[in-house]
Parts: sequence; C-alpha cells; structure tokens
Amino acid sequence: MSPLITTKASASAQGYGLFSPALVTGNFQSIQTVTVGAGGASNITFSSIPSTFTHLQLRWIGLDSYASGDSLYMQFNGDTGSNYVQHALYGSGSSAVGAYTAATTGMPIGYSNTNSYPFVGVSDILDYTSVNKNKTVRTLDGQDANGSGYVFLHSGLWFNTPQAITSIKLYFGSGTFAQFSSFALYGVK
Amino acid sequence: MAAGSTYTPIATQTLASATTTVTFSSIPQTYTDLILVFSGASTGTQGYRVGLGNGSIDTGTDYSETFLSGSGSAASSGRRTGYPAIVDPTVYTDQQTIIHQFMNYSNTSTYKTVLYRSNSAGNEVTSGVALWRAPSNAAINIITATAYTQNFVVGSTFTLYGIAAA
Repeated sequence: MSPLITTKASASAQGYGLFSPALVTGNFQSIQTVTVGAGGASNITFSSIPSTFTHLQLRWIGLDSYASGDSLYMQFNGDTGSNYVQHALYGSGSSAVGAYTAATTGMPIGYSNTNSYPFVGVSDILDYTSVNKNKTVRTLDGQDANGSGYVFLHSGLWFNTPQAITSIKLYFGSGTFAQFSSFALYGVK
Repeated sequence: MAAGSTYTPIATQTLASATTTVTFSSIPQTYTDLILVFSGASTGTQGYRVGLGNGSIDTGTDYSETFLSGSGSAASSGRRTGYPAIVDPTVYTDQQTIIHQFMNYSNTSTYKTVLYRSNSAGNEVTSGVALWRAPSNAAINIITATAYTQNFVVGSTFTLYGIAAA
C-alpha cells in the first residue's frame, strides 16, 4: 500500500492544487453572491471585481427556465467578440465524450439538461489579473436528474488581448435564471 | 469588497483503528457549501458510500448519480438511480483522495446536488454529480462516509470544510 498523504506538502506534490482546502484556508474570501428571486434574471453580472487576489472561484447552484438542453456562458469585461473557446470531457451516463466549441462570443462553463433539477458547478479562473497572459478557466459541473444527467470537465480560454478581469457576465444560450439560482464569487490569495 | 476569509475547517477525523463508517453530525447551517475531503485507503476495493440526512441519515432510495471515469486505457460513463446512498466512486486499497462538494446544502427550497472527484493514481480518476431527493427539500446536517463492506485503514483522514458566501 502506498503511504498516506500526511502533510500539506505531499498533497501539493500530488497535484491537488486548488482542490486541496488545507492549502487555501485563511486565503479564500467571499467577494459577492447573487441569488435570484421570484422574478428570475436574464443574466448575472459581477462587476468591479477587486484585483487583490491571485485566482477567482465561482461556485453555483443554478436553475434554468428552459426545459431542455441549454448551455451556461461566461463573458469577461463586456467582451462580446468571438474571443472564447472551450474543450470539454463529459459523461452522459452511458458514454464518455470529448467536445470542442470553436471561437464564439461566450465561454461555455455549464450545461442544464432540464429545468426540473438544479445544476451545479465550480469554476476556477486562474491568474485573472495578469496583463500578459490569456485567461483560462477550468470547471467541474453537472446535473443529475434521477435517471438522466451529465457531468462535465470544462476547459475554457479567453483569447482577447490579455487584460485583467474586472467583470464577469453569466447567461444562458436560451433560458433565464430561475428562482433559487445562486452564484457566489470567491477570491483565492 | 471581499467579505472576509472563509473555507473553514469544521471537523477532522483521523482514524486510529480500522473503521467502516465515519459520521459528521450537527453540521452548522451557517455556510453555503460543504466540502468533504477523504485521504486514505480501504481494506478492500468497494464503493465509497456517502449518506445524507437531516437529523438522521436517509437510507431510502432517494439518491442518483452520473459519473465519468478514466481507467488509464479508456474513458467511460455510468449512472445509478434509486440507491440508498451516493455509492461512487470506488475506494481502493492504495492511497487516494476523494472530494465531495455539497452545494447550497442548507437551503430548503431545492433537492441537493453534490459534485465529487476521486483521484486514485494506481487505479482511476473519476468525477461525478449526484442528486439527493431530500424529503421536503431538507437541509443537510449529517453526513456519513462508508467503506461499503470494508474498513477504512488506520491513518485515513476525513475533513469537513464550510464555505460561506457573502
């Protein structure tokens, strides 16, 4: 049997990174949360994001008004150009599938297959203040609907001229955010 | 502006003897999400079962899940419905880490959805999403982790963290 992980250093060495809570305790701060009320919302925007962190993490539980397959998109700094791409690996419950979205006007980070059950996700937005690098986003997300569902590993790129991210807009391809949807943005030092 | 530090350790259990089930009870309702981190191994290859409840663990057939696995030679996906717990991923006899994220666990308006990820370098990597159709949309205040028909080995650790949104 391999030795157990017994130290923070050994956990880090095995590549758990942002998913290793012991490495970020005390350096993980809530920035802003949006919870959707009874009237729903067409989009959710986080603006004036402070530049004092190293990474951002977006955690959500979402409910889509749209009844069938619908993607959740992310845009940065109001950029509506075709400056976003993504790759994904997902499980449908019967097969594992790789997917790619060519340059498009928003970065897909989530997918809701039904409006009857919540879909959830955790997105890490890495080195968001850099003015020298394009921005990358990794997401673990999914929705299980008691007999159907998908789990995704999303990887996204914003390839506009490198700039610090100061605002994030979230929207669906077809639907709107229904009541009880909640999106929380955190900063990681 | 940021609202202050979060990602708070709520409780940690380090096993001094081989144990089948570890329980976290009376979980405070003051956070937005919970994260359970397991680092350890099992005495045999079996399902790492997670039970959820409010006051007591729900052992009804209220759990379902969809998962994605890579074995080193192929990727696959599967689904389970009508189980008495979240029954994946698999826990092995060599070292691995399993992380469950219980999203918006204290709300009483929706079913509860859980993301999980398992890294077992000697066996497989797995990600999954699970649904607990909580009776009356109950909040989660008790969680169990079980090495089904086996024991977690001495030295295995379980840590429960809370994340509070602004």
